[in-house]
Amino acid sequence: MGASQSARTEHEFQDLADRTGFSLEQIGNLNKRFRQLSKNEETLSRQDLASISALDNNPLRAQIINAFFDKRNLRQNEAGTVQVIGFEEFLMVMSHFRPAAMHITEEEREKLRREKLRFVFNMHDTDSDGTITLEEYRRAVEELLSKAGTIGQETAKAIADAAMLEVASTTRGKMEPDEFYEGITFENFLQILKTFDIETRMHVRFLNMDTATMRCGK
Amino acid sequence: MSVRVVLHSPSGSRSFLERGLLLLVMLIFLEGTALTLGAASSPDISAQDNTGGHEHLDDHQGIAGSNDRTNYTYTKKAFPVLSLDYHHIQVPFEISLWVLLASLMKLGFHLIPRLSSIVPESCLLIVVGLLVGGLIKLAGEEVPPVLDSNLFFLCLLPPIILDAGYFLPIRPFMENIGTILMFAVVGTLWNAFFVGGLLYAVCQIEGTYLSQVELLPCLLFGSIISAVDPVAVLAVFEEIHINELLHILVFGESLLNDAVTVVLYHLFEEYSGAGEVTPMDVVLGVICFLIVSLGGIAVGAIYGILAAFTSRFTSHTRVIEPLFMFVYSYMAYLSAEMFHLSGIMALIACGAVMRPYVEANISHKSHTTVKYFLKMWSSVSETLIFIFLGVATVAGPHAWNWTFVSVTVILCLVSRVIGVVGLTFIINKFRIVKLTTKDQFIVAYGGLRGAIAFSLGYLLDKDLFPMRTMFLTAIITEIFFTVFVQGMTIKPLVDLLAVKKKQEAKRSINEEIHTQFLDHLLTGIEDICGHYGHHHWKDKLNRFNKKYIKKCLIAGERYKEPQLIAFYHKMEFKQAIELVESGGGVKLPSAVPSQVSMQNIQPKKLPPPVAERALPQFTKGREEEIRKILRSNLQKTRQRLRSYNRHTLVADPFEDGWNDFLLKKQRLIELEKKMTEMSNYLTVPGAIPDSPTMCRARLASDPNAFYNIKASSDGVPTIQVDLASPQSPDSVNMLNEFSKEGATGQSLGQREGATGLGQREGADRDEDQGLMMKPAGKGEKGEGGNKNPGLMRCLSDPGPSNEDEEDEPFLP
Repeated sequence: MGASQSARTEHEFQDLADRTGFSLEQIGNLNKRFRQLSKNEETLSRQDLASISALDNNPLRAQIINAFFDKRNLRQNEAGTVQVIGFEEFLMVMSHFRPAAMHITEEEREKLRREKLRFVFNMHDTDSDGTITLEEYRRAVEELLSKAGTIGQETAKAIADAAMLEVASTTRGKMEPDEFYEGITFENFLQILKTFDIETRMHVRFLNMDTATMRCGK
Repeated sequence: MSVRVVLHSPSGSRSFLERGLLLLVMLIFLEGTALTLGAASSPDISAQDNTGGHEHLDDHQGIAGSNDRTNYTYTKKAFPVLSLDYHHIQVPFEISLWVLLASLMKLGFHLIPRLSSIVPESCLLIVVGLLVGGLIKLAGEEVPPVLDSNLFFLCLLPPIILDAGYFLPIRPFMENIGTILMFAVVGTLWNAFFVGGLLYAVCQIEGTYLSQVELLPCLLFGSIISAVDPVAVLAVFEEIHINELLHILVFGESLLNDAVTVVLYHLFEEYSGAGEVTPMDVVLGVICFLIVSLGGIAVGAIYGILAAFTSRFTSHTRVIEPLFMFVYSYMAYLSAEMFHLSGIMALIACGAVMRPYVEANISHKSHTTVKYFLKMWSSVSETLIFIFLGVATVAGPHAWNWTFVSVTVILCLVSRVIGVVGLTFIINKFRIVKLTTKDQFIVAYGGLRGAIAFSLGYLLDKDLFPMRTMFLTAIITEIFFTVFVQGMTIKPLVDLLAVKKKQEAKRSINEEIHTQFLDHLLTGIEDICGHYGHHHWKDKLNRFNKKYIKKCLIAGERYKEPQLIAFYHKMEFKQAIELVESGGGVKLPSAVPSQVSMQNIQPKKLPPPVAERALPQFTKGREEEIRKILRSNLQKTRQRLRSYNRHTLVADPFEDGWNDFLLKKQRLIELEKKMTEMSNYLTVPGAIPDSPTMCRARLASDPNAFYNIKASSDGVPTIQVDLASPQSPDSVNMLNEFSKEGATGQSLGQREGATGLGQREGADRDEDQGLMMKPAGKGEKGEGGNKNPGLMRCLSDPGPSNEDEEDEPFLP
């Protein structure tokens, strides 16, 4: 890498660090991984992510990959998907999994909570219409149980139905028989997962030091 | 007098009474034992004539073999109608007395209002112990050495630890294992050396009269006093309902520091004799620590796996199922103790390893038994420990030294605070959820000392440690200080600091789904990031567990069940039971959402069924569904023996209750037909099909919804009736009365009426309906008595409500 180019990347990284909250070192590591996945291209495609062998056993493989190409997660307030993402978008998605800082105020905590839950919500809400319908919820649970064989598929529907009923009854209370609960809105989603400490649970340890390829003697 | 002699006494005394050939044979038979006992005396005789008894008896037994007739005439006396022999039963009687005292005390505290919210139970129990000890002393008796180390370590401690290990919340424990280990190992080491070292320094100061205390005994004392005690921690933390993180940090530390304490204790005890420590010894100490802790875990895990494996085959002898778990765990503890490994860690490992597999294998009943027994034993043990601590305080010889005691207390506090703050500083660099200052305070302040320290001090050899009495006094003071001062103030402090409390919310299915979801999501993100974090390894371990271990240890097909499905089945089962219990959902707890039916969320609605047509089908379809669920969850109870048998339980009450329920309902439907002719009160008011009542009636309670889905897939038009109508207590009360009179099932038949009545809005109308119900109920009774002789039985029968009560513990 030339000196001018590295200076440029450094500047870029600093910019990204300010926006996403990652440290420079973490960005460096993630950038390395990005290049490894995209085979040194500027952009990353679905195939690149699908080729990660470790993901094969993950029941949520398709949903996770989709999340990376979902415009809503890229902090653009529009629906739809993109075909390829650059490093910046990659970082944006990853930043949803940053742990909370040590001293945060209640408002910041609430904001973080909403952000993280929004990410999960978007993963369920596949048609991006702002509600998780019963169909969508069923599909999500089915995928979650997709590695469980036939029992999983049989039960998934019942579980999703039970969960949906629970949502409907906690958020709506009593309903007339001719009323129809169209689906979980984001506000409902917040409400049912009130006791679910997502802000302390949804995070990944982004290494500060790249242990895999220790840069020694550079 | 030996126990054996005592045991033979009844047959001895009987020989005086009966004079028959049979007895002669018996006496000859008895001769063998009598001779082996030598000059054994039967207690009632020796009590009667103390002086000559022995000679007589010697003669008696000598002659007994050769000439019985003369023997009888020789020792003939009035037969003692009533005699007193306290020694015979002394030991078990006194044990029972202590247990009774402990249990009564526990009972008493909870009867006195507001007392238990101010003072922790442990403090009260110690006070009781002090009083009891004082009374014994006042009576002029020798205070018994109740808190004997053997008794404590072999009988009182294991139940508490097993209870803790079995119910250990694995997830938070493993997520914080690094922090816990840091506190348990490094923290305890630091405390031991800091307290021991500084105490030695203080002892060297002129004027304290402690200059004879050497360094090694001081360090030994430090290692005894520095360990946080699981019993004390559990007792106090159970009451303050602190959040899960802090609870597991303090509690986990108190469990895992056992290995450190054991090693330090044996090390210093050993070297106190030798008086010299070389670097080699330090290395050996470290190796010893690894062996003690890892060995303890290994022993526990082996027994845990054995227990799980055994439970695979117990499906035919369910009665002894729970016993296996207790025995295996106790064996694990004893085996570990045998090698001086950490018994506590062995028990924890055993309980934690066996739990998931055993729970999948054993029946619900056995599981309830296990749960209750563990809780019962541990709470009795805990109570006894605290009472004994009080008694031992009164009993023991004390050597009070102001300097030593006060320095100990202060040093313990100081070292704990420095240790926690220092260690958190390091740990927080690695933790993602940082420990705040408040957390640190609670962790430091929650470091209570307890009976383990006392028992270890009690074990010290008097000859090797001449200052043992002073040590014991200091240990007791420290225990009292932590339990009383810290234990009593921690609750107000937690409130004052507004430390996050535990959320008592029931786990909902949505949370369970998202827990699983998050696990997979985070694993996926880690894989995309390309580093193997702990989610990755957890996932690997889970898959290994599922693929191989579960297959070996869990019987039948259940090993395939993922966690989410297991959770769902449990929930479904619970609700099904609640439904049967309440006679079709009369008393569904309000926690269960019951106002929304499947219709409300289903995109394609079924055409609303016609009320008259739906009535019979509704009951039938729903009945079938409940039956199905119960059958699949009750592990084929039908196959069991129905007659009484010592090796199995009496026919399953679920099954019984269910059959009764069906039978009675059958009758009720018949009855209802007749009733329709008689009066209109009890049936669905078909005349007013569009009344709000009917609209309400179509709402289903939550559990019904599952059945509804399945039923609707069969193409059966169904109707769901909301029976849990919390808004109308009147109707519920009415139903309760009904189920008292008749069967629980009766209410199922009647609930249409009740619901219709109860669901109407307006208090005035509710009252109206209540009045209307009464004649209806009476009319029904009279009707049943006249027209159907069998029905009378049905109505007077207390019905399955009794059995339902039996079922109650199955809802955890």
